[in-house]
Amino acid sequence: MNFHFDQSGPLYQQIADQLEEMIFTGIYREGEQVPSTTQLSQELHINPATVLKGMNQLVNRQLLEKRRGLGMFVAAGAQEKIMETRKEDFYHDYVQSLVAEARKLNINEAHLMNLIKRGYQNGSTED
Amino acid sequence: MEALKINGVSKRFGRTQILDDISLTIQPQTIYALLGENGAGKSTLLNIINDRNFPSKGEVVLGDHEVHNHYPSLQRLYLMSDSNMYGKRTSVSGMFQLADEGYGHFDYELAHRLTKAFGVNEHARLSNLSTGLTTAAKITCALCVNADFIFLDEPMLGLDANHRNRFYRELMKTYEQRPRTFVISSHIINEIQSLVEHVFVLHDHHLIADEDVENLLNRAYTISGPADAVDQYTQAMKVLDQQTVGKIKTAYVIEKLDDQQPIPDDVTVTHMNLQQAYLALTNGEDEINE
Repeated sequence: MNFHFDQSGPLYQQIADQLEEMIFTGIYREGEQVPSTTQLSQELHINPATVLKGMNQLVNRQLLEKRRGLGMFVAAGAQEKIMETRKEDFYHDYVQSLVAEARKLNINEAHLMNLIKRGYQNGSTED
Repeated sequence: MEALKINGVSKRFGRTQILDDISLTIQPQTIYALLGENGAGKSTLLNIINDRNFPSKGEVVLGDHEVHNHYPSLQRLYLMSDSNMYGKRTSVSGMFQLADEGYGHFDYELAHRLTKAFGVNEHARLSNLSTGLTTAAKITCALCVNADFIFLDEPMLGLDANHRNRFYRELMKTYEQRPRTFVISSHIINEIQSLVEHVFVLHDHHLIADEDVENLLNRAYTISGPADAVDQYTQAMKVLDQQTVGKIKTAYVIEKLDDQQPIPDDVTVTHMNLQQAYLALTNGEDEINE
């Protein structure tokens, strides 16, 4: 996994989203240090003000914490917090678009339910 | 720290209008892009700001002082440009010494590191270097000079991808260590998009955009889908540019979209990058004038 930027939204938001994803998937664990504004700015060629704005979003959501003179660290309970938010957004982010696409394909409710069941079965055999 | 103000600057050469009533403010410690097609007047504007050329009307002011012929103000401004203002025999290290004499406290340590990284021989004469290495030597000088407002006219000219990447990295590094203003004039818009905070667009000798990149891109949209659906959706909008490929049409708009107006299912709305926004702005301006 790496940082990748497109035109989906403001750059600072993309930085915040991707750092969040890295925390969620455990690339950066709770209590661990994340790259500094300086590092991200230099490596990704992004204005430090933009990087800082993205990081501050995560600080405000208490996913990151500043330790004076040391840098930014993943806050305790960050992963759990991200999980909660994502659960709340799940219906809007995934279910609505799933149903919309199913409608375009003339897949009815019963059929869609079967497909979801199949997904769960395949998922469990893969584990 | 004071801002640099350009107040109603116009420039005429005989009957040719090169700049028409340009007013803008350059804040301290900010990175700007200055965009515009060839001949739009970018270099003339940069030369006027740095007192290397003179306006027919208007003035450039730093704090309380007009910059023209005011040595203490001029010592805070540095222009790196393509034009060769050095003697035939001037070497790379000679250029550094001149910057040190003119501005003081030249960062030789960084300069040595950068020339080494760029593969520039400091003893070589500037006139003997290739375009790319001349540029590398000049941007090295610009990053190490002690000035508060640094103007870079085409700082990527002739640089290969590796050297451009190094330049962006070093620019971010030195900017973070010692924030100061950089104004970058370039045609490689996509590569500088994330480096700059604010953009000026010169078009047809006028200033047509003066805005934070984030704000501009936030309301810059490409709208594509079946032509009739796109036409209907954009009916009340000012379409700056459009393309049609077969039955699919893409319209470019820079305005806030109405949240109340639903986006049709077969229409896709995405944000533009800075280059697309620049093209839409300049094209939209041409449409008005036609």
